[in-house]
Amino acid sequence: MPGLYHAWVYLQSGPLLGLTATLLAWQAASWLDERTGHAAWSNPIMIAIALLALGLIATGTSYRSYFNGGQYVQFLLGPATVALAVPMHANLATMRRNFVPILLSMIAGSLAAAASAMLIVAALGAPRAVVISIAPKSVTTPIAMGISQDLGGLPALTAIFVLLTGIFGSVVALPLFRLLRVRDRRAQGLAAGTAAHGIATARLLLESDTAGAFGGLAIGLNGLITAVMVPLLVRWLI
Amino acid sequence: MVRALSLLLICQLLGTVIARATGVPIPGPVFGLILLLALLALRRGPDPALNTTAQGLLRHLGLLFVPAGVAVVNELGVLRANALAIAIALPVSTLLALAVSGLGMQLLLKGER
Repeated sequence: MPGLYHAWVYLQSGPLLGLTATLLAWQAASWLDERTGHAAWSNPIMIAIALLALGLIATGTSYRSYFNGGQYVQFLLGPATVALAVPMHANLATMRRNFVPILLSMIAGSLAAAASAMLIVAALGAPRAVVISIAPKSVTTPIAMGISQDLGGLPALTAIFVLLTGIFGSVVALPLFRLLRVRDRRAQGLAAGTAAHGIATARLLLESDTAGAFGGLAIGLNGLITAVMVPLLVRWLI
Repeated sequence: MVRALSLLLICQLLGTVIARATGVPIPGPVFGLILLLALLALRRGPDPALNTTAQGLLRHLGLLFVPAGVAVVNELGVLRANALAIAIALPVSTLLALAVSGLGMQLLLKGER
């Protein structure tokens, strides 16, 4: 069937296939997630990525060709980042009341996340590009990739680190808070947003709206704090 | 919905212009977020359309991360070469950040009362 082959070649050069595959993989992953009752190990983001990555490898499709379609989904991260202002605004009054605690604990958490990750990979012999790429891993993807790119890291690697951090954070956050007796919903949300951005915040949002709002605030603020801090850390640490 | 989406894009656009023009290494959408937040504070909250659009986008936030993550196929070599370092650094730094900011915030909130 040479006609089918031509259709395949044609589809590979346009956005339709990559875009359709992304949405289908996401729905399959979400369906699986619901079937398992949102089990801790079942993360729809991770499953969708695994499905697509395996598909690319199996069909010998390049990432560049896939991204013809994937870029349209990724583009929405920009407006979605701006949209975080809406849940942030809902808690603006609380935020203003707790401005000093928020700022201090976020700077401490942000510094702990970036510096410890950088020091550990550097001590274990990772090259400079990897050390830079891991620095913004607690920040939401569009911001983290921007920071990584500006400083000479590998943005795709940063995206993976961000994702793994988010998934790990969403699994361990609540058990860790129980262990450390962090019961204040505002502190929980703030910590989740600071350490593991939107993915952990989404998990906390299932528990409490307050936690979700503080998580949303922390995602935005941590983007700012990290963007200012990481260039300095890169200069001092490596 | 079109109006709400336009507003989000205008904020992102202005934010990107600010980031580019000033050379500050902060991504444009973050400035856009700050602009929208300022606007919402002035107007005393989002209108229902903006609320719906924002919720719609944020409900599927996970989907938006997927294409960037698929880039893993290009980085398998670097990942494998530094697997141990990464496997230690990511969990340790994430636990540390959760603990520091969570305990810090709880402590400081108690101190304020």
